[in-house]
Amino acid sequence: MMFIDPHAHMISRVTDDYEAMAKAGVVAVIEPAFWLGQPRTHVATYIDYLSSIIGFERFRAGQFGIRHYCTIGLNSKEANNEELAEAVMEILPQFALKEGVVAIGEIGYDEQTELEDKYFRAQLELAKELDLPVMIHTPHRDKKRGTSRSMDVCIEHGMDPSKIIVDHNNEETVREVLDRGFWAAFSIYPSTKMGNSRMVDILAEYGAERIMVDSACDWGISEPLGVAKTAALALERGIPEENVRLVCYQNALDAYGQSGQMKEEDWLNPPPVDQRGLYEGNSVLRGGREPLIEDDTDKRTLNNLIIE
Amino acid sequence: MNKTTATGFLDTILKERLPADQYTWLLERLALLNNEDSLRNIHITYGLIPRRLGRQDLAATSEESATADSLVKGWKLSDWSIDMTARVMLLCTIAQQTNRDFAKLFKSMCQTADLGETISLYRGIALYPQSEELDKQIGEGLRTNMRAVFEAIAHNNPYPATHFSELRWNHMVLKALFVDSTLYPIQGLEERCNPELARILCDYAHERWSANRAVTPELWRCVGPFASDNMIDDLQRALESDVSVEQQGALLALSGCPDPRAEKLLENYPEQTRKVANGELSWDSVARQINQLA
Ligand SMILES: [Zn+2]
Repeated sequence: MMFIDPHAHMISRVTDDYEAMAKAGVVAVIEPAFWLGQPRTHVATYIDYLSSIIGFERFRAGQFGIRHYCTIGLNSKEANNEELAEAVMEILPQFALKEGVVAIGEIGYDEQTELEDKYFRAQLELAKELDLPVMIHTPHRDKKRGTSRSMDVCIEHGMDPSKIIVDHNNEETVREVLDRGFWAAFSIYPSTKMGNSRMVDILAEYGAERIMVDSACDWGISEPLGVAKTAALALERGIPEENVRLVCYQNALDAYGQSGQMKEEDWLNPPPVDQRGLYEGNSVLRGGREPLIEDDTDKRTLNNLIIE
Repeated sequence: MNKTTATGFLDTILKERLPADQYTWLLERLALLNNEDSLRNIHITYGLIPRRLGRQDLAATSEESATADSLVKGWKLSDWSIDMTARVMLLCTIAQQTNRDFAKLFKSMCQTADLGETISLYRGIALYPQSEELDKQIGEGLRTNMRAVFEAIAHNNPYPATHFSELRWNHMVLKALFVDSTLYPIQGLEERCNPELARILCDYAHERWSANRAVTPELWRCVGPFASDNMIDDLQRALESDVSVEQQGALLALSGCPDPRAEKLLENYPEQTRKVANGELSWDSVARQINQLA
């Protein structure tokens, strides 16, 4: 089965993760622009970060046979530094039209401050101008109210819910998001928040329409195989295969494909220009190098002493 | 060389290929360059070009290729695409605006470019006004980890041979080998050969041999003219390889080597030496074989 992980901060992950994801069937990832665990203090570092996720990270993923897309935006935490936020807003139009940018995001609320509200709205207007989908990060604290408010503001700005993906949902928020016509994404977090067992219960209750699963893996304790493991568990517990395909693959493609920047043929039948520069494909690697995706031998065991 | 003519030439190429509405769109966007908000327009136009004009291969005719070469010696259109051509034309047009610091703009565009944009920026470097600032940014580009970006500068591009210092030139040739790229598309490869490069390449060959890895036969092309003593030993080792194309590389290098020992070694290969003499065996034919293996 093929999977898309529509929320993965791969810039914080190592090549082992890419290898494991490729092996598990992940064909594409979406890297939302976010903060890096500590706030940036200059717009210049923001520029370099955005350049990395549209450039080198895309290339790096391609070397493991994974197509990499990203979203561009000013996140809610850093929106609270007004000087930085103003400067970032100025450079966003320069990045939002790069190849593989599938949405403005992840944007929304953290503490639900006035500044967060101001820049959330400004970015919704940018998404409208450039005709891009939006990825919304819902707050971890006061989540239910923050989620409702995010959707209210989108509607207020005349956004079409079918182009908006509301992420980090849980049992408390999912009903309203789906009822209002938005996409509902779920980030699988190990231990504390939304585990994949709970996720499967949600799939059993709500079906598969407009629902998607992501790993949200980043620099913290997280699981890059979140999508693949959830799919396996769902199948084991009797969720219909077609529903698993929808929530772990097709819905993400449908939602973010609205940008015109993400197509199934990107990984099934990549254009030659990409194969030359960006994407090495799953099986054949050129230049005499050994394929990076290998068989089942586990290279990370001490029993295997040969380092090649 | 006439850089204004180069811009006109790109314009002609595009006009002949683009449907009328797309070509008009491009002209309209170019007209915006003189507006107040021109910087924002430049970035947006540069980003929109592939979406509006497509990314097909340019498929230049032999006449067009000849024109390119007559405008700027060594300028090859072989791997150009429609969007790349339009992007370079945009950059050339900007470069002709006297009120703008082109190198500064070029640098800032490189810093925020995606892969396709980066490749187009570097593909046109021989056509822009030359400056120290531009040259520095090209040095930055060579430090890339992405082979396609490296090749945009190193391959089929006249800029390196005419502008690079010996240090940078040698480093570029060596890096081509390190990133599993090829040497034959490097323009001016033979003209810019030098003894230091020959030494570096032989050291590199030894590293590869120590690691039991193959040594590309193209490498010897830059060694032949300067080989003596130990370097002849290296060529002999390659000559005795049981891989045909490796042997061919050594034969060609020895044929271009002035050292008497080279001639002596070749005496054992009369048939192949004859093929070298009549052109049946050449660096081009070696390149074709490498291409097929890749
Ligand atoms: Zn995130």
